[in-house]
Amino acid sequence: MSNPPIIALGDARVGYRGRIRALDLDRAPAAGLPPPELERRLIELGFVEGAAVELLHQGLFGGDPIAVRVAATTIALRRREAMAVMVSAETVP
Amino acid sequence: MNAGIDLAPVVALVGNPNCGKTALFNALTGSRQKVANYPGVTVEKKAGRLTTPDGRTVEIVDLPGTYSLRARSPDEEITRDAVLGKLASERAPDLIVCVADASNLRLALRLALELKHVGRPVMMALNMMDIAKKRGIEIDLAVLARELGMPVVSSVAVRRGGTDRLLDALDDRLAVHQPMSAADWRAPDAAALRGAQGEADRVLRAAVRNPGHLDPTTARVDAVLLHPVAGLVILLALLFVMFQAVFAWARPLMELISEGFTWLGVVVAQAPLPEIARSFLKDGLIAGVGSVIVFLPQIVILFLFILLLEDLGYMARAAFLMDRIMGGAGLHGRAFIPLLSSFACAIPGIMATRVIDDRRDRLTTILVAPLMTCSARIPVYTLIISAFIPDRPVWGFVGLQGLVMFGLYAAGITAALAVSFVAKRLFWRTTAGEPFMLELPDYKIPQARSLAMGVMARALAFLKRAGTTILSMMILIWALASFPQPPEGATEPAINYSLAARIGHAIEPVTTPLGFNWQINVALIPGMAAREVAVGALGTIYAVDAGEGAAEKIGKVLAGQWPLATALALLAWYVFAPQCASTLAVIRRETGGWRWMAVTFFYMLALAYAAALATNQIARALGAG
Repeated sequence: MSNPPIIALGDARVGYRGRIRALDLDRAPAAGLPPPELERRLIELGFVEGAAVELLHQGLFGGDPIAVRVAATTIALRRREAMAVMVSAETVP
Repeated sequence: MNAGIDLAPVVALVGNPNCGKTALFNALTGSRQKVANYPGVTVEKKAGRLTTPDGRTVEIVDLPGTYSLRARSPDEEITRDAVLGKLASERAPDLIVCVADASNLRLALRLALELKHVGRPVMMALNMMDIAKKRGIEIDLAVLARELGMPVVSSVAVRRGGTDRLLDALDDRLAVHQPMSAADWRAPDAAALRGAQGEADRVLRAAVRNPGHLDPTTARVDAVLLHPVAGLVILLALLFVMFQAVFAWARPLMELISEGFTWLGVVVAQAPLPEIARSFLKDGLIAGVGSVIVFLPQIVILFLFILLLEDLGYMARAAFLMDRIMGGAGLHGRAFIPLLSSFACAIPGIMATRVIDDRRDRLTTILVAPLMTCSARIPVYTLIISAFIPDRPVWGFVGLQGLVMFGLYAAGITAALAVSFVAKRLFWRTTAGEPFMLELPDYKIPQARSLAMGVMARALAFLKRAGTTILSMMILIWALASFPQPPEGATEPAINYSLAARIGHAIEPVTTPLGFNWQINVALIPGMAAREVAVGALGTIYAVDAGEGAAEKIGKVLAGQWPLATALALLAWYVFAPQCASTLAVIRRETGGWRWMAVTFFYMLALAYAAALATNQIARALGAG
């Protein structure tokens, strides 16, 4: 069995379900914050390795921003910041 | 008040945004609360008192919601400093109550673990236990308390008796002297945060069964309200209703208030007092207070809508839907409600910018809010349009007068977008744009009591402001228009002898290129009290009898006296000019200083001058001089 691919949450489509594998700040160069600050904010909103995610909604223009279910919380963010969240569709670690 | 009450122990409520903290605060303190600002900042301070079952008086402080003590906004800085006891103006808390939404515990547990490190007594109040139970979430309070290492009580803020356990716990905790270790809190780095969230997830697994399911109601409602197209349409419809409400529903009440103050003025005018005292009472004090109180219905209705949407959980969704649209002009998604309200009046609009967390986004919104065409401009626009613009159709179906009116609105909106675009680049160039990241909370049924208390607190805050800053400005403007008094046997209207008239004459060289004569300059001074007052002032200066059909008569006189270019330039002036002392006073209060008020005043003045100059010169060149 091949492993499901690891993608950036910022590239995912509505309905995508997966689990967070890593935070890779280099993947989000367009983010509005310096990498260490972005990393801390993402963690504070629950984006930590192992958490289940599901992309619930997206905006009209460019599919941005997105609403993501992270464990038991729904967070809205822009795709450019979500690029730092690496996810895979694998459901069991 | 005696010394014992002043030394009441301080209990600080800390929690994530949307955890029901404010509802709990309202339930605990009831009417014994007040909303003010922390000194020097724009952050709202909510404090109140309660009496515990043991008869202990306790001061409760509702701190701004946060996910971490690592402050990212002025609000969160207040929370951090208050918790750490570093706020010079406030007493350090004797007990920290970490309020958590029982149906959404994960992020709250991490905050609770962080609060344990500040070296002050901490306990947890698990709020909204009723909702959690209904959703099948089972929480073992004993295990949670053991794993977190702090007392945990459940509470239901919205039910009578729902806070009993919390009140008992306050007595237990405050009865014994709690050891306080020196605060050794330091902002955690990413590794520490990750570790803390890992620990929080471990506590969650140990104490809670079934934590993570999306609320089915929220999911169903969001399928419609967050739909890319339907969601936007519904939002726009909602905004229309809100605009209509602030604009139209408030009108009868505003007229009533306005008539009441006019009647009061008439009564005072008949009082056996010296002429100058009567003028001060009628034109300075009563007209001044009246012109501010008249906004109260709009403020109450607007805040009713805002708090209702906030309590429902819709406000975050609206920001989600508007983010991309507003973002293009450098505005935050949440700026649209303040800007929309500013079409009725910039004062409630500027007060409503409190929904924007980020200081820079908030300041940008405050800066451009007065450019939205407020209802006070309408009498001036109507007067000039009906006197100077012919009432004929263009393209067969649109009236020219209506088209000009629309153009004035469009000019205001375009200018607001352009100014925010420029301001973002001019003032905040050095720092990157604040990312849009916020929680979309589950929908909740708002509580009427909590709503009423929120509206009441804001209405009182406005009245307090009206009674101080705004009133003093009104009196100043009255004095300018009243002194010095006309000499014996004066034939012209009194205002023509006043300081205002002298200023009008003195600045005539500056306003001549705009096509403004000294009469217009004079009218603009009382027009600072409220834009529409300029209409009455023009009537006074041109000695038109007030009363039935006054505006129409004034229009006729003006049409005979002014060239078209002057009228058009005055319209252009009114789109941009900072012609409202109350708005400026509110900006000063809301931004906590003179600086942003000065920035607003001068940029608007510059825009107004440029627009009026261009309009006058172009119109003359085209033969409208």
